[in-house]
Amino acid sequence: MSLYIRILIRFVALVLVQVLILNNIRFGGYINPYLYILFVLMLPYETPGWLLLVSAFLLGYMVDFFSNTPGMHTAATVFMAFCRPAILRLAMQKQEYEPGTYPSFKHMGFQTFFVYITLLVVIHHTSLFLIEVFRFTEVITTLTRAGLSSLFTIMLIIITQYLFYSKS
Amino acid sequence: MRNLLAFLLKYKFFFIFLALEIIAFSLIINHTYYQRHVLLNSANRFTGTLYSWNMGMAEYFSLKRTNVILAEENARLREKLPQSLNNDTATAIPAFDSISMLQYSYVPARVVSNSTHKRNNYLMIDKGRRHGIDRDMAVIASNGVVGIVMNVSENYAWVMSALNSHSRISGRLKRSGYNGSLLWEGVDYRTGTFRDVPSHAEIQAGDTVVTSGYSFIFPPDIMIGTVTDHFVARGDHFFTLNLAFSVDFNRLAHVYVVKNLVRKEQMSIIEEL
Repeated sequence: MSLYIRILIRFVALVLVQVLILNNIRFGGYINPYLYILFVLMLPYETPGWLLLVSAFLLGYMVDFFSNTPGMHTAATVFMAFCRPAILRLAMQKQEYEPGTYPSFKHMGFQTFFVYITLLVVIHHTSLFLIEVFRFTEVITTLTRAGLSSLFTIMLIIITQYLFYSKS
Repeated sequence: MRNLLAFLLKYKFFFIFLALEIIAFSLIINHTYYQRHVLLNSANRFTGTLYSWNMGMAEYFSLKRTNVILAEENARLREKLPQSLNNDTATAIPAFDSISMLQYSYVPARVVSNSTHKRNNYLMIDKGRRHGIDRDMAVIASNGVVGIVMNVSENYAWVMSALNSHSRISGRLKRSGYNGSLLWEGVDYRTGTFRDVPSHAEIQAGDTVVTSGYSFIFPPDIMIGTVTDHFVARGDHFFTLNLAFSVDFNRLAHVYVVKNLVRKEQMSIIEEL
């Protein structure tokens, strides 16, 4: 299967899973995982900067559209995409990547991948929850929510890696 | 000009980022009435249907509980029937005449989307303008207050839940009669905050808080919740009460929209001032 078609399918599948299933899940009343950002995390290494940002924008916009929250997910996802190149450099250190591959458990190894997703998920969730509340007076509660939701998202990402992308 | 272009091209990653963020934030900021209106009328024709399917399935799982709640409500209503009054005089024949004017009418609705985990929660119900729903109508469940209609489309209405930082609902302590206002400070969808009760009021845990009816939106004496504890916050002269909501917002399925038929008249007196 061509790489582009796979990326497109991943986009649609992640938006549907997020909107139909994960948006209805609430652990302990207010912890909500946001798995859809996995799409931006797993774009190929050679994705040009503008495409990275624009696809993050479209992804965020779709999720916003279906969860009745205009702009919130868009803003947070674009910000995360903006941070991706820097975080990727930080996580990879001197590690080289093979052309045509993408950041994943399979291609990066567990430790590098874990550092990479943790940083970006925390960046995304923190900005998302801060944008949602739009004030700094409840910052401790907001950060707790962001932290707990991040934990669940990271767990879900690792599970999907084992399910779909494990070394055969 | 050429230098400017070169500069923009050199940092194009940053500038594209900036442009997209500006679009995103303008979406957030303009998401007042206009945005919600557009959303309701175009997107929600699609998502509304999607949510209807989703809730249609989810409804089956809560049938048993819903039946219990409806049965309890039936019992309460039955108590109010003239037949259940003790007829020891011959004059207790109730008749509808022009004196007993109907003030509140109720439209049953189903919840098609709902949230309790955000700081500002909203819900969508499957009744809209076509069913006579309009802005600023109250939404209640059979066991208490739910929220206020913010916007309507042809077939759906968008309701600001009591679990919202912008929500203020006027309430009253049923036993002692003191007034205050209900707000929600986030985190737990089961507990709300009741403010502005004078500090000389006598309050006990377990006291019932009901709507006051002062806002012309909610009918009076609709249950809000029960007091769990109370304290005077530092620098405040009023009691702050923690409430346990009587409604389980996480399991809302059937609600009623309350139309105040004389609201127009009530509001016109205020506007004349």
